[in-house]
Amino acid sequence: MSRTSLDLWVGFFVIIGMGALLFLAMKVGNVGTSNFDETYVIKAQFDNIGGLKVRAPVKSAGVVVGRVTNIGFDTESYRAEVTFSLGAGYRFPKDTIATILTSGLLGEQYVGLDAGGDSEMLTNGDAVQLTQSAVVLEKLIGQFMFDKAAETPAN
Amino acid sequence: MTALLDLVRRIGAGVVEAVWRIGFATRFFGLLLAYSGQSLARLHLTIREIYFSGVLSLLIIVVSGLFVGMVLGLQGYETLQRYGSSEALGVLVALSLTRELGPVVAALLFASRAGSAVTAEIGLMKTTEQLKAMDMMAVNPLARVVAPRFWGGVISMPLLAALFSAMGVFGGWLIGVVFIGVDEGAFWSQMQAAVDFRFDVLNGVIKSFVFGVAVALIAVFEGYDCTPTAEGVSRAITRTVVSSALAILALDFVLTSFMFRGQS
Repeated sequence: MSRTSLDLWVGFFVIIGMGALLFLAMKVGNVGTSNFDETYVIKAQFDNIGGLKVRAPVKSAGVVVGRVTNIGFDTESYRAEVTFSLGAGYRFPKDTIATILTSGLLGEQYVGLDAGGDSEMLTNGDAVQLTQSAVVLEKLIGQFMFDKAAETPAN
Repeated sequence: MTALLDLVRRIGAGVVEAVWRIGFATRFFGLLLAYSGQSLARLHLTIREIYFSGVLSLLIIVVSGLFVGMVLGLQGYETLQRYGSSEALGVLVALSLTRELGPVVAALLFASRAGSAVTAEIGLMKTTEQLKAMDMMAVNPLARVVAPRFWGGVISMPLLAALFSAMGVFGGWLIGVVFIGVDEGAFWSQMQAAVDFRFDVLNGVIKSFVFGVAVALIAVFEGYDCTPTAEGVSRAITRTVVSSALAILALDFVLTSFMFRGQS
């Protein structure tokens, strides 16, 4: 058995196929930027999560530090329970505040983490106590109308 | 009355024939896998088939990938600029290619370019009694002829689909960024933010692998099962293309509903 020109073509084919896959992974996909190798999981309960979705980014100071992995409903407190996994390199204090924010006016929703000053850090499975819900536009408009109505004297 | 009876008889015969073929195809697939070890031990046979079904399909895959990407770029831009978000063009092009269009269109092209050739080859071998002659010489035609063609197709398909997607993204970039003038940084960065490697790219690869198995199996089976006449071979080739296309689209729906259950 010896090398043939056919092998050369097949080798060429396999290499450009793999190259295409690599291109999809590195240039098109986000391998390495948001899939953290080691993660830890924390939870938070929100009154209202708005349009938050699983796999939405978790950001702190605008940097993606993790992803939302699960959204559930707690039947005891009647609140939404959001689980997210954070990169193991990003440690946050116990009194961190989790907020649901919107990127841009119509953009996707994400979880923002504001670090507190506690010396103890959150560990795997901990819950964030301080949370702030998503801004629901309808409620905001409703409140604005209510305030306006209260301002004008009844006649 | 006789016409009605005849119709019932023909429907019945068709149903029995279909069930029979499905059963035979299943047994054929099992035997094919069982003899694959023997055939993969002589790897140069499979390499040869990768050349015929993979390398020779390169040109059509590259060119059609490029054109599909360019069309996506144009049409996507038309729609997105109405909502003032033409920067999301990269996301649209990359997601539709990696998730759906790449695997599906590449598999359809592969079925008509390589699948039909495999069916014709095996069908003609059967018609000219080469398969029987091999059997007489104690060479198993499943291991010698069928399995290499099957594995050649299965190995080529994911590579071709990845190449199709990559060329499509390039085509979308060419139209969107180079010709229309969408901001290049936003094009790539939004694409990278939206496309997840495991969720989008790997699922696309899994899809193309499943399509590869389906197309290659249909192609070798139709060739092996054809009526050994000139007309039978031509009918087998037609059936390969038709049932491959149907299998690809149906499997695509099933796989999509498993993979992307209404998330994001």
